[in-house]
Amino acid sequence: MTISVQQDDFDLGFEVTTLTKNNIDIGAVVTFVGLVRDKTGGTLISMELEHYPGMTEQALAEIEQAATKRWSLNASRVIHRYGNLKTGEQIMMVATASPHRKDAFEAAEYLMDYLKTDAPFWKKEHFKDGADWVDSKAIDDAAKDRWTS
Amino acid sequence: MQLDVLYFAWVRERIGVAKEQVSTTAVSVADLVKELSAREERYAVAFQDMSVVRVAVDQILVPLDAPIGGAKEVAFFPPMTGG
Repeated sequence: MTISVQQDDFDLGFEVTTLTKNNIDIGAVVTFVGLVRDKTGGTLISMELEHYPGMTEQALAEIEQAATKRWSLNASRVIHRYGNLKTGEQIMMVATASPHRKDAFEAAEYLMDYLKTDAPFWKKEHFKDGADWVDSKAIDDAAKDRWTS
Repeated sequence: MQLDVLYFAWVRERIGVAKEQVSTTAVSVADLVKELSAREERYAVAFQDMSVVRVAVDQILVPLDAPIGGAKEVAFFPPMTGG
């Protein structure tokens, strides 16, 4: 279970190799990568990622621990970047390793759903003609709530 | 009581600082919001709709009526948008 909050980019292949190395009990790995997407058709220049140092790491660790309790996981990895990211760049990744695919899939979704609403990150989109903070979405809260209903 | 108060994202932009030391007699987060809002317009503007502001006391998410006795750090920010 490893968490990194960093400015630097990451290499998904390297992370998966490291995650599964020397562990022959792992039968399934699920990964998710979030990218900076331009929804406007060409006006987005970059996305600024702000976070709350200290609380971020703590919140991510708690989410990861909760997933580890709920599913049979051999290992997991969360990387979230901050700073100024250009269109198309990687923002974050989640990887879960389990003996079976169901646990790996569900745990990855759970990590993503909780990360979106409980980890203190904020996005600001910089366009050619101005900038705007990204609004949180009710659909993200609903996605998280399905794990407790 | 002396508190470090932190602001993030648009809350930070509206208040104009990322972090400040505040001397307060507030018992709860809600009291602190009232106190700050009465001090200066920029706080009142940032805190005018608390349904879109989240609060952490010592880096733990709490509701608006949470107590702040003994806390070192209170942070105000919009709902998170990571991932």
